[in-house]
Amino acid sequence: MQLIPAAQKELNLKKNSISRRRIQDRFVIALFLLPALVLFSLFVIYPIFRSLYFSTFNWKGFGPAVDYIGIDNYRKILTDEVFLKAIKNVLLIIVLSLGIQLPLALILAVLVGRDLPGRSLFRTVFFLPYVLSEVNTAIMWMLLYNPDPERGILNAIMVMFGLEPIAWLADMKIVIFAIFVTLTWKYFGFHMLLYLTGLQNIPKEIEEAARIDGANSIQNFLFITLPLLGSTIKTSVYMSVLGSIQQFILVWVMTKGGPVNASETMATYMYRFGFVRFQLGYGSAVAIIMFILCMIFSLIYQALTRKPDYLTGL
Amino acid sequence: MNRKIFVLISVLLVAAFMLTACGTAAATEAAVEEPAAAEPAMEEAPAEEVAEPVTITWWHISTKDPPLTDWQNMADAYMAAHPNVTIEITVLENEAFKTKLTTVMQSGEVPDIFQSWGGGTLKEQIDAGLLKDITADLDADGGAWRDTFAPGALAVFASDGKNYGVPWDMGMVGWWYNKDLFEQAGITSTPATWTEFLDDVQKLKDAGITPISLGEGDTWTGMHIWSYLATRIGGEAAFTAAADRSGAFTDPAFVQAGEELKKLIDMDPFQAGYLGATHDEMQATFGNGNAAMELSGQWAPSVEAANSADGVGVANLGMFNFPAVEGGAGALTDVIGGGNGFAVGKDASPEAIDFVKFLTNVQNQTTVAASGTGIPVVKGAEVGLTDPNLLLVQQSFAAADYFQLYYDQVLPSAMGGIINDAVQKLFAGTATAEEVAAEIEAGAQEQIQ
Repeated sequence: MQLIPAAQKELNLKKNSISRRRIQDRFVIALFLLPALVLFSLFVIYPIFRSLYFSTFNWKGFGPAVDYIGIDNYRKILTDEVFLKAIKNVLLIIVLSLGIQLPLALILAVLVGRDLPGRSLFRTVFFLPYVLSEVNTAIMWMLLYNPDPERGILNAIMVMFGLEPIAWLADMKIVIFAIFVTLTWKYFGFHMLLYLTGLQNIPKEIEEAARIDGANSIQNFLFITLPLLGSTIKTSVYMSVLGSIQQFILVWVMTKGGPVNASETMATYMYRFGFVRFQLGYGSAVAIIMFILCMIFSLIYQALTRKPDYLTGL
Repeated sequence: MNRKIFVLISVLLVAAFMLTACGTAAATEAAVEEPAAAEPAMEEAPAEEVAEPVTITWWHISTKDPPLTDWQNMADAYMAAHPNVTIEITVLENEAFKTKLTTVMQSGEVPDIFQSWGGGTLKEQIDAGLLKDITADLDADGGAWRDTFAPGALAVFASDGKNYGVPWDMGMVGWWYNKDLFEQAGITSTPATWTEFLDDVQKLKDAGITPISLGEGDTWTGMHIWSYLATRIGGEAAFTAAADRSGAFTDPAFVQAGEELKKLIDMDPFQAGYLGATHDEMQATFGNGNAAMELSGQWAPSVEAANSADGVGVANLGMFNFPAVEGGAGALTDVIGGGNGFAVGKDASPEAIDFVKFLTNVQNQTTVAASGTGIPVVKGAEVGLTDPNLLLVQQSFAAADYFQLYYDQVLPSAMGGIINDAVQKLFAGTATAEEVAAEIEAGAQEQIQ
């Protein structure tokens, strides 16, 4: 690259004063970061601290917050049976997701990752539910779950096999599992896609070498594929857990957390008490608790999974 | 070749799914644009001046026809008769209206005339000094204007005996029933007492008919049964006392309401899965003839038809008042409901008040009735009602001495959610009548100051 003399001169000048250049560099970096930083601070950092502030008030959202009550909101939330129920539900969804949803996604990824006829079609079909908007999904499943066998296809099938129809979303013991099925249907495709990408990054040679050494396909999967997928699985577990903690739309549209809080999640609890009941101070406290839980999980998870992967840069 | 077909199908599938999402979005946009389209019309107000020019600002929320055009025509007619008056109409969508009104209220810039539902919100506006006392205007000429209204409806826009607005439409909740199914069960007359009602529920059950359709997934549907029972048992006095805190929601009337409701719930009169059903599903069950009754508002005839499989709904539809509870303080004729009105802003000119009077005259009220926009509140305008079902509602509410405004409109807005959530526990069998009353009272102590 040719430099015009003036620029050359300036460059020399800069070389002479490294500290000045460094300052200039920092200035440029700061300038480039500024728009993102301003937006992030304004819409993420500032609201978090604002919520923290409001969470210490008994505040309805109208006018300034004046009724300072310290940590009373937190004390009330942590002793509220409904909130404890919401935590239990979230934990249940996490356990089921990790135990059923992710393995299912992994198995399907391995299957459609192979040279099967029509695999691209299967891949698309499995991924489709994730494309659908959450409200559409919820309404569709509400129709499927309709307790009346003449209107709900699921119960129509049950009746066809001589079984009693079940009120899926109205039974306090069943509702959370019914919602989990919908969640799985909606999100397994996303995790499957993650795994597919991970699988593509595993060099074929390793598997071939293993096969030559006499490993059957199950051994191949357990000792080659799975370990090499390590970092992908870590990401997928991380997103699944955080997604479960924040789960709102599907639950709110399908059951509003009911009947009688049977399918309440932390997010629906926050919405119910913060917005439906106009207790924005209380709702802010719930949000802060959710934020803290997510952060604790993230920190612990990162600390636990810091071990280097078999394949760097995967 | 094969592969190409699969890819093609995949792309088509994805596109189809995405289009479903687009379709809804486009429809919403179209709905939003409507009110904007109406705005240019109002700027062509007559400019010629005779008397001192006056401008009236009017905010309403009828974004769709027929009321959108009807209101404009009424304003045009008034301006034609009063050349010095310019009426500036602002059409806002319901939620946008509430947000914008809150903002202008904080600055004290109140429109002269605006949509109101009365009750608790109106009271807050009155207390903030944002509304004009129009009692004198109503009472002028020996109460000529006042006497045109159904008294129950007018009272919704009053506080401490002073009026700050007038109603233009009222609705109420009652039992809608399928006459054919009642006949099948051998029920010859509609129940007037709670005991008769429970008997009829049993008769329907014995005939293999689901007595009541309920959408308790949307908790407010079942709450209406509880609040009606409370109104029948405790009457006006019990509610007023609980609302102004001289009494409590743990008073006997409210506990007994829960106990009576429990009696009904224990008979298992609702369709399968009602705890998870939405309001739409409740209307569908009733509209498809799969249940004999539903407690619903004046919207029931159109909504049950819209949600039914054939789009027609119940062929022989009837309505009766919520039955009286034996020994209760409330009368069979008392109704629970709510409706729309015009609130008058603090800076309203005499012309603005005169315009409100014009809007609620018999002729314009008949227009409201004839177009199906609402149930008129001015005597004589009911002739405009062509729908026999709406006429039923109108008769029921015109006969009411006590008009109980919806609980969540009289009480602070948060109370609606609290009552709904508490009463739902009765339906699910997770709380007793006493516990439900105690939970509502605990909420009231926090919310009502």
